[in-house]
Amino acid sequence: MSAELLFYVSGSLALISSLLVVTNKNAVHALLYLVVSLLALAMCFYLLGAPFAAALQIIVYAGAIMVLFVFAVMMFNINQSDIDRESEWLRWQSWIGPTSLVLVLLAEVIFVLQSQTNWPSTTIELIEARAVGILLFGPYLLAVEIASFLLLAGLVGGYHLAKELPARPSPVRQPESGGKPL
Amino acid sequence: MSAISDGAMSVPIEHGFILVALLWTVGLIGLLSRKNALFMLMSMEIMLNAAALAFILAGSLWQQADGQVIYILILSVAAAEVGLGLALLIRLRTHISDLNIDKLDELRG
Repeated sequence: MSAELLFYVSGSLALISSLLVVTNKNAVHALLYLVVSLLALAMCFYLLGAPFAAALQIIVYAGAIMVLFVFAVMMFNINQSDIDRESEWLRWQSWIGPTSLVLVLLAEVIFVLQSQTNWPSTTIELIEARAVGILLFGPYLLAVEIASFLLLAGLVGGYHLAKELPARPSPVRQPESGGKPL
Repeated sequence: MSAISDGAMSVPIEHGFILVALLWTVGLIGLLSRKNALFMLMSMEIMLNAAALAFILAGSLWQQADGQVIYILILSVAAAEVGLGLALLIRLRTHISDLNIDKLDELRG
């Protein structure tokens, strides 16, 4: 089994499972198809000569981020009425407009890609984690710091949003009992 | 196994980029045509993954490690986005139980 065939199989697997994510009615099923899509993309990364990115895709994306999704969906308490509402929303008429517009764009992009002939190279080289690390903590050090600030902002925002709301004041203001005597 | 890692693969480069375009298209169609905000978030994940695949592909093509560095940055952006987005959706579920994005028009400044 050649590497090209593996690439085509995992690429079409990613595409099919992404389509199933988009068209699914049940959020939990869509989430599991999204995990399949991420794992197929990790296989693509490995075949494209980026084993470090493939490992990160499995550990961080399919592991951590998807677990976050799963726990959030568990807190949503999705029941049968949600699924019925989704199937009511997902009539075929609502797909026509976006799909036709986006397919025009896709046709243009594919035409441009097919007419491109002078690619820098035609073979795909293996890039090891060592080169990535040297680059990450050399020229890209500022980007790493900015990414850490972004994650800190996400942490603070998540903490703020997860706090209990303060008790809402009643709309009708009570007359103050201990007011000034006339 | 070593034949794969030796870089002996010779898939036409256009096919990799066509896969990127197809994945991104699927994500964009989902983002435009779903009403549920949770599914819109999942479609955005698909689009981010397509962008990551484009960077990996370009990095392998030019034989530079920059593509994987940008991939790691995309990963951290996706983590922050998903954390904040899901916290907002959990908070939203108590107000709008069906997560309909069309009902979120009350923020009038």
